[in-house]
Amino acid sequence: MNQSNETTMNPPLNQESVSLEPSANLVRTIAVRERPANPGAWSNTVAFGWRALLKIKYVPEQMFDVLVTPIMFTVMFTYLFGGALAGSTADYLQFLLPGILAQTVVFTSLYTGVTLNTDISKGVYDRFKSMPIWAPSPLVGAMLGDVLRYTGASIIVVLIGLVLGYRPEQGLVGVLLALVLLNVFGFGLGWVFTVLGLILRTPGAVMTISWLVLMPMTFVSNIYVDPATMPDFLQTLVAFNPVTHLVSALRGLMSGGVTLGQLGLSLLTPVILTAVFGPLAMRLYRRKR
Amino acid sequence: MSSQHELAIQARQLTKHFGTTKAVNGVDLNVRRGSVYGVLGPNGAGKTTLVRMLATLLPPNSGQAKVLGHDIVTEAHHVRSRISLTGQFASVDEDLSGRENLILLARLLGFKGRAAKARADELLAAFDLADAANRQIKNYSGGMRRRLDIAASLVVTPDLIFLDEPTTGLDPRSRNQVWDIVRALVAEGTTVLLTTQYLEEADQLAERIAVIDHGVVIAEGTSRELKASVGSGVMHVQLQEPEQREQARQILSDYLLTAVHPEPDPTALTVQYSDSSLATAALAELPKAGIVLAGFSMGQPSLDEVFLALTGRPPEPTRAAKDVEGAAQ
Repeated sequence: MNQSNETTMNPPLNQESVSLEPSANLVRTIAVRERPANPGAWSNTVAFGWRALLKIKYVPEQMFDVLVTPIMFTVMFTYLFGGALAGSTADYLQFLLPGILAQTVVFTSLYTGVTLNTDISKGVYDRFKSMPIWAPSPLVGAMLGDVLRYTGASIIVVLIGLVLGYRPEQGLVGVLLALVLLNVFGFGLGWVFTVLGLILRTPGAVMTISWLVLMPMTFVSNIYVDPATMPDFLQTLVAFNPVTHLVSALRGLMSGGVTLGQLGLSLLTPVILTAVFGPLAMRLYRRKR
Repeated sequence: MSSQHELAIQARQLTKHFGTTKAVNGVDLNVRRGSVYGVLGPNGAGKTTLVRMLATLLPPNSGQAKVLGHDIVTEAHHVRSRISLTGQFASVDEDLSGRENLILLARLLGFKGRAAKARADELLAAFDLADAANRQIKNYSGGMRRRLDIAASLVVTPDLIFLDEPTTGLDPRSRNQVWDIVRALVAEGTTVLLTTQYLEEADQLAERIAVIDHGVVIAEGTSRELKASVGSGVMHVQLQEPEQREQARQILSDYLLTAVHPEPDPTALTVQYSDSSLATAALAELPKAGIVLAGFSMGQPSLDEVFLALTGRPPEPTRAAKDVEGAAQ
């Protein structure tokens, strides 16, 4: 009762306090000068990885390619070439599936470049560059988000394979190790597309150039056919193709009989790519805009 | 020594070339700590390039600058840990919601999980954005976007904030909100460097103003000093009869002791004055001499008029002449 009396008696004062409130709130918020300890490079990278995941939440269509393409390739090639190349689709699938996994991850990695190309032109990168964070973290974080795509796409391929009759002789452990190797390889290859994404003007250009590289890289390899059936010069090319070594290692991990040499050769590529294209990407990134 | 410590920004002959274009061509700048400093200039004058250099985004071709006592090239990381930048084009992620943007920045600056969310919500409430917190920024209005952009610069309150054209394209209400934020920031001890195309904005907020054109500072001083060289206001006089214009020009110029310019319109005159009460008194002389007024307006000199006074030519690239008749007071 007392309260209502007061409000009717002093309406102007009440109004004033309402209009002053946001401003006082503003001042209080600004006055906080708390500065938490600088987080490390890893924490910065994880934060940018989280940003990449949020993007998928808002544009789920971008996952469509990643999910549908591998299903299409697995089913198509198994039934198209199986009878001709291996006598039966079941035998061919045993041979083809690890290769299709490699192809899927290699194809998916080009989205790193396409996505970055659109993303980097936005003003928010000005803010990132003006912040006291680990400089490569926006790039590495985005690639970390892509690792999730590789894993998702790979799992789908394995599941489709299981449905069609593929049986990994090394069981779950072999498959999991293969997934790890695929992610490491995809991460290394991602640097190449990051560089392309930084150099080229449009996402379309990144796409076109990337396909020009990726088509021969995947087809001139041991993914689809045994290289022994190829002419000599092609066999030489296949032997130098990093994808070939990746596929050999994957087959070894999933079907058994993997050698240290195979693993070493398949890991050499991502290490070299990161060492060469990582610093190059950072140079280009700093100069961008 | 002590005077150096009082400077938030100290730039010497800062220069940036893009090919043959000299975007910034030997700029000196001294910005006192805790003040608002205005960089005034038309589009393409080099304001954004200057800010990008000072915010460590762009290395200068020559010259040097210290921001909060640290060199912008050799100690860039120290500079970055104490500044914030709100760019001319939204420096937030348009695809994410306002809240997600602030949480991301809070996490990057070291707030952990729950603390990052708390700081984001605190900022959203303070900037009157709580209702729009979970909406993507691409669906924000211009004013909301600007406020979020500034909030994003205050996740950790910086010692120095760069605001690159913070009110360009905003409606008057949103502009006033931004001005309130700037005033609140300075009151809390943050130094503000803002660029603007509007003399009024620099006049309202800035302690000192540098006018730049073609990458060069063409005038520097307090708003009062600049106005002394320009005249604090402009009066447009519209007559009924074109024949009376010469007589009116004579009366006004005798009374105000300044030049009165005829306009292309044969019934119009423009006067730059430094004392508004004197100007209105001069205006009152016209009816006494039998001159019929069709109308008049008084207002701040526009940027074009400042440039005309300082350089003897309109700013380039030429824009449609802006009139401030609306602000007749």
